[in-house]
Amino acid sequence: MNPATVFVPLDSAARSVGSDEVARAIEAEAAARGRDIRIVRNGSRGLLWLEPLVEVSTPEGRLAYGPVEARSVGDLIDAGLLDGSPNRLFLGKTEEISHLKRQTRFTFSRVGINDPLSVADYEATGGLTGLRRALEMTPQQIVSAVTDSGLRGRGGAGFPTGIKWQTVLDMKSDLKFIACNADEGDSGTFADRMLMEGDPFLLVEGMAIAGLAVDATEGYVYIRSEYPDAIAMMDSAIDIAYLNGWIGPSVLGSGRPFDLFLRVGAGAYICGEETAMLESLEGSRGMIRAKPPLPAIAGLFGKPTVVNNVLSLATVPPILAGGPESFCELGVGRSRGTQVFQLAGNIKHGGIVEVAFGLSLRELVEEIGGGTASGRPVRAVQVGGPLGAYLPASHFDLPMDYEAFAAVGAMLGHGGVVVFDDTVDLGQQARFAMEFCAEESCGKCTPCRLGSVRGVEVIDRILAGQDHEANLALLEDLCETMVDASLCAMGGLTPSPVRSAIKYFPEDFNRAAAVSP
Amino acid sequence: MVSKTTGSFVPFSTERAAEVVEKHRAERGPLMPILHELQDIFGYIDPDALDVLASALNVSKADVYGVVTFYKDFRDKPPGNSVVSICRGEACQSMGAEKLARHAREHLEVDLGETTPDGAVTLRQVFCLGNCALSPAVMVDGRLQGRVDEARFDEIVAGLRAKARS
Repeated sequence: MNPATVFVPLDSAARSVGSDEVARAIEAEAAARGRDIRIVRNGSRGLLWLEPLVEVSTPEGRLAYGPVEARSVGDLIDAGLLDGSPNRLFLGKTEEISHLKRQTRFTFSRVGINDPLSVADYEATGGLTGLRRALEMTPQQIVSAVTDSGLRGRGGAGFPTGIKWQTVLDMKSDLKFIACNADEGDSGTFADRMLMEGDPFLLVEGMAIAGLAVDATEGYVYIRSEYPDAIAMMDSAIDIAYLNGWIGPSVLGSGRPFDLFLRVGAGAYICGEETAMLESLEGSRGMIRAKPPLPAIAGLFGKPTVVNNVLSLATVPPILAGGPESFCELGVGRSRGTQVFQLAGNIKHGGIVEVAFGLSLRELVEEIGGGTASGRPVRAVQVGGPLGAYLPASHFDLPMDYEAFAAVGAMLGHGGVVVFDDTVDLGQQARFAMEFCAEESCGKCTPCRLGSVRGVEVIDRILAGQDHEANLALLEDLCETMVDASLCAMGGLTPSPVRSAIKYFPEDFNRAAAVSP
Repeated sequence: MVSKTTGSFVPFSTERAAEVVEKHRAERGPLMPILHELQDIFGYIDPDALDVLASALNVSKADVYGVVTFYKDFRDKPPGNSVVSICRGEACQSMGAEKLARHAREHLEVDLGETTPDGAVTLRQVFCLGNCALSPAVMVDGRLQGRVDEARFDEIVAGLRAKARS
C-alpha cells in the first residue's frame, strides 16, 4: 500500500492557529499506529476559518477536514482521517467546498495545492509556461499581451499594467528595473502574503517576464518585515530559481539576463507608497517623492522602473500562458479579469475570494462571508484598507468594480473588505484613521503631517460634544485641505474613512452633543 | 535575511559591524540590508555603528541617523528576551484588538514600546500582520498567532516568562 499523502498548510495564517502542531501530531499518531504517511506542507486554500485545513489524497481526489486541532488528531486518525473516511470534521472533496467552487482561481490557481517550493509540482501545474512563451515573443508583443488582457494594478490604484510597462519599454536607458511592491501594509489585506507563501515561484516568473518585456535586467522584491514567513519563502524560491537557471545570467538558457534581489522593509507603512518604497530600496528614509517624474520615467536610482504589486506581477504568467483573452473575457465594464478579495475582520467565513469582477458587496459579505463572526448584524464595512471608505449596509448592492466604487466616493483598492458588527463606534474609527495617518505620515508635506494631528484633536472635540457644528465644519475644511494639497495618497485619502463615517453614521458623532445641554 | 526578534545577540563591536558593511558594500542601496543584519547580530543599532556606516558608505552620519530613526523596527537598545507585537489594524479592531492591547498593557504593566522590568517581554504595537481573517493577531518572536483573546495572551506571556527564567 502506498503511503497516504496528507496536506497540512504552512501558510502563516494556518500556522497562527496551530498547523505546525497538527502536522507534528499527525506524524506522531500515524507512526504510533504503524501507518506509513507522507506529509506535504502546502500553501493555504484561503478558507481561513477552516484552518488548520488538513487534506488527504485519495483515488477520488483530495478530501478535506477542518478545522483540525492537534489534540484530536489521534481520534481523527482512528475515525479514518488517513483513509478519507467521513467524520465530524469531514468537508468532502476540497474543490467541491461551496466557497471554493464558486471562485475563479486565476492568480491563485496553485495556492494551497502545491508544496510551494517544489520545482516538479510547479512545472507539472503549468509553471514556467508563461515565461517560456515570453521568450518566444518580442518585448512589444509581451507588453501588448498584458495591455490587451485589461490587467489593472492590484495594489489599489488600478492603473492599467500594460500602459505602465509600455512607458518603461519606450524609455532608452542603459539600466532599467522591476520593483515589486510587497509592502502589503493595509489592514484587511493578506493576499500578497498568501501568494508569496503559497506560490512564490509565480512571482519570480512574473518578475522575469516583466524584465523581458521592458528590457530590465534587475528586479527587487520589497517585502515588509511584518511578514517573516513570506520573506523566508521568497528567499528560498529565489535561490531555487537561480539554481535551476530560471533567472540569472541566462533566463532559461536564452542568454538574456535577469537578476532578482529580496529587500526587507523596516516597519514603515508609507513604504507601500511606490516612491517611498523606491527611496527605501535606495537606502534612504521612506519619504515620498513628488510626481512627476513617474517611476516609469525616473524610478529606482533614477532609472526607468516598473513598480507593480505582487498580484499584478503574479497574474502575468497565466495571462501569457492562456493568452490575454483568457483574462479579459472575465469581469465587467472596464474592470476585467478577476479580483482577489480578502474577507477580513468580524466575518464568519474569512479568507481569499478570487472571483470575476461584478459580484456585489452583499454577495461577498453575506453569502460568501456568512455575516459576522460575532453573529451580530453587520453595521459597516471598510473596503480598500485604512484609507478606504466605511460603507453602511444600504450600500451593499454596490457591484465590486473600480468604477462603481469610485462613483460613490469609495475605492476598491486592494480588494480588502473589513467587516464590523453593530458594536463598532464610527467616531472612534474616524479618530483612528487620523491617528494612524499621524503615526505613519512620512512628514514630507504639511497637510498630511500636521493635518492628521489636528484631525485627531478636532474629532476628539466633536466626540466630546464641544461646539459640535463648528468643529464638524472645521473637520470638513481640514479634510478638503488634506485631499487637495497632500503629495500622496496617505494624506490625500485619510479623509475618506473620516468623511464616510460622518456621512453614513452621523449618530456616532453627536452622542455627547445629544446628552449635553 | 529574516529579522530575528529574539535569541542570543552578541555584544556590539565596530570590527564586526565593519565586516557586515563590507559584505553588503557592492549591493545597490546597501544601507537597509546592513542595518537589518546589524540588528540581527547585536539586537539593536549601536550609536557607534553610525560612524562605521557613514565613513564606509561615504555618507554623513546625519544621513545614517535619519534612516535609522525613520524606521520603527530599528532599536537603539536591545529588546527584552521576547518581543510581542499586538496588531491594532482595523480588522483586528473589529474583533477586539483595542481591548486586547489595553489588557496587555495592564497585564504586563508596561506601555506599548516598553520592556517589562524583568526583561522578559518587549511589548510593541503593529498595524497589520496580514492575519486579518483570524483576528486579533499577535506576533510573538516572529511567529504569527491568530484569534488571540485575553486568556490566550496570558498563556503566551506565561510561556515567555518561563522561557526567560530557564
